[in-house]
Amino acid sequence: MDMDSVNEDCPLSPKDYKSDYKPVWCPGCGDFSVLAAITRALSTLKIKRENAAVISGIGCSSRIPAYTSVYGFHGVHGRALPLAAGLKLARPDLTVLVTGGDGDGFSIGGNHFIHACRRNVDMTYIVMDNQVYGMTKGQASPTTAIEWKASKLTPHGTGVDPFQPLGMALAAGATFIARGYSGDPDGVAELIVKAVRHPGFSFLQVLSPCVTYHPEQREWKDKVRPAPSQPAVDPVRASMRLMDEEGFNIGVLFVSDRPPYAPPTAPKATIADIEKTFAI
Amino acid sequence: MTESSELSETISVVLIGSGGVGVVTAGNIFLDAAAHAGWYGLMMRSAGPQIRGGESVAFIRLGSRPVGSLDDAFDIMVAYDWVNFERFAAEVPLNGDSLVICDPAAGDIPEIVIAAGARIAELPLKDTAKGIAGGRSSMVGLGALSALISLPETALTETLDHLFKGKGEEILKANRLSAKAGRDAAQGLDMKRRLKIAEPAPKVERWNISGNEAAGLGAVRAGLRFVAAYPITPSTDMLEWLAPNLEKLGGVLVQAEDELASINMIIGGSFGGVPALTATSGPGLALMMESIGLAVASEVPVVIVNVMRGGPSTGIPTKSEQSDLNIAVYGLHGDAPHIVTAPNSVDDCLFATQWSMHLAEALQCPAIVLSDQALGQARMLIDRPADAAFVARRETITAEVKNYRRYALTASGVSPMAIPGVPNAEYVADGLEHTEDGKPSAQAEHHRQQLDKRQRKLTDHDFGRHWADIVGEGDTAIVTWGSSTDPVREAQARAAAEGVNTRLISIRLLLPAQTEKFHQAIKGVKRLLVVEQTHSGQFHRYLRAHYDLQGEVKVFKQPGPLPIRPGQIHDLLVNWK
Repeated sequence: MDMDSVNEDCPLSPKDYKSDYKPVWCPGCGDFSVLAAITRALSTLKIKRENAAVISGIGCSSRIPAYTSVYGFHGVHGRALPLAAGLKLARPDLTVLVTGGDGDGFSIGGNHFIHACRRNVDMTYIVMDNQVYGMTKGQASPTTAIEWKASKLTPHGTGVDPFQPLGMALAAGATFIARGYSGDPDGVAELIVKAVRHPGFSFLQVLSPCVTYHPEQREWKDKVRPAPSQPAVDPVRASMRLMDEEGFNIGVLFVSDRPPYAPPTAPKATIADIEKTFAI
Repeated sequence: MTESSELSETISVVLIGSGGVGVVTAGNIFLDAAAHAGWYGLMMRSAGPQIRGGESVAFIRLGSRPVGSLDDAFDIMVAYDWVNFERFAAEVPLNGDSLVICDPAAGDIPEIVIAAGARIAELPLKDTAKGIAGGRSSMVGLGALSALISLPETALTETLDHLFKGKGEEILKANRLSAKAGRDAAQGLDMKRRLKIAEPAPKVERWNISGNEAAGLGAVRAGLRFVAAYPITPSTDMLEWLAPNLEKLGGVLVQAEDELASINMIIGGSFGGVPALTATSGPGLALMMESIGLAVASEVPVVIVNVMRGGPSTGIPTKSEQSDLNIAVYGLHGDAPHIVTAPNSVDDCLFATQWSMHLAEALQCPAIVLSDQALGQARMLIDRPADAAFVARRETITAEVKNYRRYALTASGVSPMAIPGVPNAEYVADGLEHTEDGKPSAQAEHHRQQLDKRQRKLTDHDFGRHWADIVGEGDTAIVTWGSSTDPVREAQARAAAEGVNTRLISIRLLLPAQTEKFHQAIKGVKRLLVVEQTHSGQFHRYLRAHYDLQGEVKVFKQPGPLPIRPGQIHDLLVNWK
C-alpha cells in the first residue's frame, strides 16, 4: 500500500467506510461480518476513502462495493480480478480490494484466479466461501462437497471432488495465503490488514456460512481453529500442510517475498521521438 | 530495358517464396528503397498457417503518388520458389503483360502461370547467391527487380546501408553484392511498363508505416497509456509495436491471460482515469462482448481495435475479411449504445483510432474500431500525417463537489466522472442498472432514465464531418467502408477518366448511424452500388437497417481473402446503364 494514501491526521471509524445502502443478504449471512471486517481493516489502516477501491463480480458477496463508502466497481460475473489488476496497474497509488464468492472466483473466474496468483499484482482478494451459489437460489459451486444433493440442478450430488482454492493458489504462485472465519470478524479484520500490507497478491479465503442453503454451516463455529503453526515460507511445507488439513485452520498459512508485478511508469521518450522510427 | 516501354503511374510487383526466404522482409526493404527514390508505395501480405517456413507473399505497388490499393494484376512476379503456389494463386492475378522471374532450380513452373500467358524469365537466384559469401537469394531478386523498374541503384544501396550498418561490414557487403548480381542478371530483360520518375519530393518527412502501427500511434497521440491484450493474429503486431513504445511514454501494456481478462483490465484502468485500449480479432472480440456491455452500462470509456480476419470461428487467421461488422454493431445484449468506427485506408488507421479514442473518452462509452488484416498488416509509404486535434479528454470532476451523482441525468447525457483519488465523490460503477447516484435499481423509471441518457449522449453528439469520406458528384453513388474503400476510390477515378462520374461515400462512423447526414449524402442518387468484403452482405443489411436507400441498388459482395480489385468495381460502374 502507498503511504500517501494514509490519513494519519484524521482517522475514520469503521462506520465511516460503510454506505447507507441496505444489503440484500439474508439475516444471519456470514457476509455481514466480512463487510464489518473490511470497514474495520480500512479504519485500522487509516486509508483515505478516496484512495481505496473495492472491486467485485457477481454473487451475494460481490454486492459488497455498494455497501462501502470507498470507490468501487461491481462488474460482470467472474471478472473482478482482471478489472482490479487493470485498475492497480494503471493507478499503483490506490489500495485495491477484490471481494467475491466461490462461484465467481473459482468457477467462472477460475482462470483469472490462477493468473492473478501468478502475476502477483499488489492487491487483496477476499473470497467469501459458502460452497453454494446463493444468488441463483442454491446450486452447487466448485467448493461444494461431492455428496451434497440439495440442489435440483444436481440431484445426485455434484459427482466431482471440491476445488481446493488454497492449494491452487499456492501452486499458481500466490505470495500470501490466509483463511478466516466470518464468525470471528476481528480475526478477519486482522487478516485483511496483514493482506493489504503484504506487497503483492494476497488471497484470503473467509469461511462465510450460507444459512439459507447450507444451514449446517452454522456448525463451522465448532470446527474452525487457529492454524497450529506459524505461516509457512517454504512452498513445499505449505503444500503438505494444506493437503493435510480439513480446511478449518484459521490464520496466515503461507507468505513469500516474491516481488510484486509492477511495470515501470517513468516516461523516457516523447511521441516525437517515437515517430522518428517511421521516417525513411 | 527498352526506352519505348509505356510510362505508368504505378507498377505492381509480387514476391512469393517459402522456407525462410524472407519475402516480407525483402518487400519492406524494397518499399524503403522506393521511398528513397521519391516514390510512394503499398505492401500487403498474405501467409500460410505454418509457423515457420510456410508460403508467404508480399504484394507491392509503387507509384508517383500515394498508393492505397492493389491493382487488378501484377506487372512483375518474383518467384523464389513454387511451394504451395496453388494455395494462393487466386490472390496473384497475372496476364500477358506480366513478367515472371523465377529460379530454374525451383522446378516446374505451375500450369496456372503458363496459362496466364505471362512472359517467363528464368534467373538463377539461388545459385547466384551461393556464389557470394553470405549471399541471399531474396536480395538477388530485389536487385533484379530494381533494375527492371529503373529504381536508381543508390536508392537500394542507401537502404541496405541504413538497415545493415549495425550488423557488420560482412553482412552489409553480402547484401550489396547480392543486389548488384541481381541487377546485372536482369540486364537485357524487357519491361512493357516503366514507372514514372518520382516528382521531386516535398519537404515532408516520408514514412513507412503499417496499419497496425498507425493505429497504435493514433492511440498514443490521443493519450493512450494503458493496454491489456491477448495475442491474436492479425492484431498482434499492433501490440508488439505498442509494448515498447508505451513503456517509453510511461504507459503500461499487460499481456492478459485471455480476452475476458484484457477487456476487464482496460475497463479497470480506464475507471482509474487512464485512457485504455485493447486490440484483438474476431474470436477475441466475441469473447469480450459481455464486458463491452459492462463498459456501456458503467459508462467507462474503452477502445477495442478489432483487426478482422476471415470468419466464422478460427476461420482464416492470416487473411482479411469485413465480416465482423454484424457482431460489432449488434453483438451486445440489451440496448447498448456504443461507437463503431472503421479506418478506410492504411494511413487512416492512425486518424480513425485517434478519433475513436477521443470519442470514447468524450462520450464515456466503448468504441470498437474495425480494422482488418488487409489494412493492419499492410505497409504504406506516406507523408508524415499531420497532428489531429483529437485527444482523449473526458469530463471529470477535479475538486470536491456536494452530493455527487455519477450517473446524473444531464442534458447531453454525459455525466462528469469522478476518478478515484477525488474525495467526497466515491461511487460504485455498476453493470447492474442503477440510479443517478450509482445504487443498483430494478425500477422501471430508473431503467428508462439511464437507457435514455446512454442513448442521448450518442445520438445528440455532433460527430462532424469525419463520419464519412465523400468524394465526387453524380447520380450514381458507391457506398462502402473500411479496406474496400481504396479499390473503390481507384475504380471511381478510372470511371471518371472515361466520363462516368460517381460519388463515393465511405462510412467511417458505423455507429451511431448518422441518418440525416447519410440521406443528405445520397440526395438525388438514381443508382447506388454497395461494395463490401463479406459473403452474406452484412454491410448492405446494416445500411438497410439504418438508412433509406434510394434508386436502383446493386450489391457487390465478395468474401475474403480475395481483395476487391479496382477493375471489378470499374466494370460495374461503366456498364451500369
